[in-house]
Amino acid sequence: MNSFVLILAVLALGAFGFWIGRARARVLAKGAHLSSLHSLPSYHGTYVALWCCVPAFLLIAGWTAFEPAIVEFIVIGSLPAAAELSASQLSLLIADISNLASGNIVSREVDSTLAAAAEHYVSLQALSHAALVVLSLGLAICGLYFARKALSQTFRARNRVEQIARIAMMVASTIAILTTVGIVLSLIFETIRFFDKVSITEFLFGLNWSPQTALRAEQVGSSGAFGAVPIFAGTFLITILAMTIAVPIGLFSAIYMSEYAGPKFRATAKPVLEMLAGIPTVVYGFFAALTVAPFFRNTGEAVGLTVSSESALAAGMVMGIMIIPFISSLSDDVMNAVPQTLRDGSYALGATKSETIKQVILPAALPGIVGAVLLAVSRAIGETMIVVMAAGLAANLTLNPLEAVTTVTVQIVTLLVGDQEFDSAKTLAAFALGLVLFTITLSLNMVAQRVVKKYREKYD
Amino acid sequence: MATETLNAKPELSARLKQRYAAERRFRAYGLAAILLAIAVLLVLLVSIVRQGTPAFFQTYILVDVYLDPSVIDPRGEADPTVLARADYQGLIKRTLYDRFPDVTDRREKRALVGLVSSGAYRPVRERVLADPSLIGSTQSMWLVASDDIDTFNKGQISRETVEADRRVKDNEISWFDAIAAEGRTDLKFNVAFFSTGDSREPELAGIWGAVVGSFLTLIVTLAVSFPLGVMAAAYLEEFAPKNRWTDLIEVNINNLAAVPSIVFGLLGLAVFLNFFGLPRSAPLVGGLVLALMTLPTIIIATRAALKAVPPSIREAALGIGASELQVVTHHVLPLAMPGILTGTIIGMAQALGETAPLLMIGMVAFIVDVPTLVTDPATVLPVQIYIWADSPERAFVAKTSAAIMVLLGFLITMNAIAVLLRKRFERRW
Repeated sequence: MNSFVLILAVLALGAFGFWIGRARARVLAKGAHLSSLHSLPSYHGTYVALWCCVPAFLLIAGWTAFEPAIVEFIVIGSLPAAAELSASQLSLLIADISNLASGNIVSREVDSTLAAAAEHYVSLQALSHAALVVLSLGLAICGLYFARKALSQTFRARNRVEQIARIAMMVASTIAILTTVGIVLSLIFETIRFFDKVSITEFLFGLNWSPQTALRAEQVGSSGAFGAVPIFAGTFLITILAMTIAVPIGLFSAIYMSEYAGPKFRATAKPVLEMLAGIPTVVYGFFAALTVAPFFRNTGEAVGLTVSSESALAAGMVMGIMIIPFISSLSDDVMNAVPQTLRDGSYALGATKSETIKQVILPAALPGIVGAVLLAVSRAIGETMIVVMAAGLAANLTLNPLEAVTTVTVQIVTLLVGDQEFDSAKTLAAFALGLVLFTITLSLNMVAQRVVKKYREKYD
Repeated sequence: MATETLNAKPELSARLKQRYAAERRFRAYGLAAILLAIAVLLVLLVSIVRQGTPAFFQTYILVDVYLDPSVIDPRGEADPTVLARADYQGLIKRTLYDRFPDVTDRREKRALVGLVSSGAYRPVRERVLADPSLIGSTQSMWLVASDDIDTFNKGQISRETVEADRRVKDNEISWFDAIAAEGRTDLKFNVAFFSTGDSREPELAGIWGAVVGSFLTLIVTLAVSFPLGVMAAAYLEEFAPKNRWTDLIEVNINNLAAVPSIVFGLLGLAVFLNFFGLPRSAPLVGGLVLALMTLPTIIIATRAALKAVPPSIREAALGIGASELQVVTHHVLPLAMPGILTGTIIGMAQALGETAPLLMIGMVAFIVDVPTLVTDPATVLPVQIYIWADSPERAFVAKTSAAIMVLLGFLITMNAIAVLLRKRFERRW
């Protein structure tokens, strides 16, 4: 019985529970009017069904989450030689055993101990699965039986069901917190392991980044350097380029939209601008790599400049275009929120429209605009696909936009795409970079949200 | 003094002129900014459509293949496993050698065979497997041309280029012209592009595998994020007390909405793959990661929709004896549903276009088979675009653009549905 069938079986039991709970409630009403019951029969049914399904599903979820680790632990424990192995050798051994068990290719010669271990593994898995089937179905039937037994004419089924629903809703609302905690914990744990191998000062202040670590201890020339300053500089450069495109264009678009454009122009131009935001970033990346970058290179050649084919300029410009609608729609909102009385006052003093905008509306909307720009900066720093496809891989400490630079997100992707063991400094470095990225974007967002919120309170 | 008008003071009228000029300039800057943004959008779309349209067509060559029994079925048992393993490409080669008997040089022979795709034998094999009685006869079949011949036939490789710089050499052109002169070449709609999985050969690569992968991933995303998002939003909006805890939840939701997508990929890698041991490259994991990403979007949209339902509805329901939960599930949620669905579709569209977190969890693998389950290794449309964009073969540029057109088509459809839904069902109270 595979897990899909098991889930279906529990669901079927639940449906059966609903049916008998409802039928039981009708019997309890003794043919009299249903108002002799505290709750409607369907609530009795739901109560039984919930007691039947929920504990069983929790058991199945917990079991599937922890079963592999426990089975591995038992198998390794039964191997006498395993105690002397290092962590990475052990993980290789585990991978081999499970591969052998599922009939895949194994990285070493299959000897009798390995075969025995694999057999042990298979038998333990089968045992665990059988136990899960018996236990979960047993739990479902028990739940069904006891819940059905609890039903009576005065049983407050609705209140119970609503209580369960409320708990479920509360749990759902904490998912956001759990996600944040999950992100922080997973990043921090891996980062701590990374700093066991590489010192934190080297990572934050080192000028040399070449994350090739030796596969074998005796290998020469690839000790690996993890100085992240060139990466931060590259990220900074591309972000600055993106902002020099996005801020003026986005801001002027917003000004025109909110102050000059008639309703008709607004109704057509706004969705078109928003289309720019709806285009997937991988499309921008393709556009940057295949159309914009060659264009810059050829133009550069024509005027006698050497422009790298993965220049920061191409990636930064395309990223700027992607961010335009972000800035324009946020600034549009804040400018619309500036009270009309301020405009009227300015016009009454004889100011032209542009003077009003420059001297009254923009200063009034400035906090909101700053918030929008900060959010856009955080967006640019975290943007991945455009830079992965159009920016370089080699860490290059330069501020020349015509050269190739690399960014934090590019490095995370290149370090983690492809097969490598999970314990090497190379993979862990990606998590350290991820933590830096998360911290920077999070603080930018916090500041931006605070600024925007404070501003809103002023005019509401 | 009252008669002294502005005209009487030349320096004032000059300044006024200046101010009006500044006004016009400022206005022009604004308009220029919008037009520039729109122009870039147009350039992007036009360049994609121009590059991508040829990929919807494919060059075929009509070849008379002699289905030699001694090659296909040497023992004459019509055993399907034997038939499936026979060297059909060899039969195609033989036909081409017979057609151009003066080609004897080994390298030239290889170039001649290279006119058709290295996977051209597949329809031949399928035909034989479907009807073994064809063995021994000669069948005319349209076979897929190789990617270089295909791009040449579409005019993307110019005859005028110097031969050394040209992917398609003079002899290949002459053979192709000879075949074309007999009317044995054709440019047909590329059905295979929409029905097959990925391939190393551009002429055989299709997006169906990626479309199915995207579909499975989105199903998981929807199944996880929609109920959780609606429940969380309903709790925060209708039930939750206003305290520190709910404040914390709100701050978290707003922050998660702005966390870079790649960080969610790191979370998926560390938690779903390494901690829970879920399968790599599977739509299940991809869907879970995307669900965490779209959750804030759905929660925020649902809360806005719930807020828009007037309190009088709630009071009326409470007044006739509904419980708090019944008020929400029987009255408020159904009334807010159009808004919730609009937000959900927009969130799904975002999830459909997302690439970076899926790279982290191994959905970037090269996968030929079309997935059928959420635990099968799969890839999704945007990742397929990324993989193809990375491939060196020239023909993949067109394929990539075509895949982008398909992806944009899906996104436009989804957004159009969202807009329609809003227009059709939105209620102003």
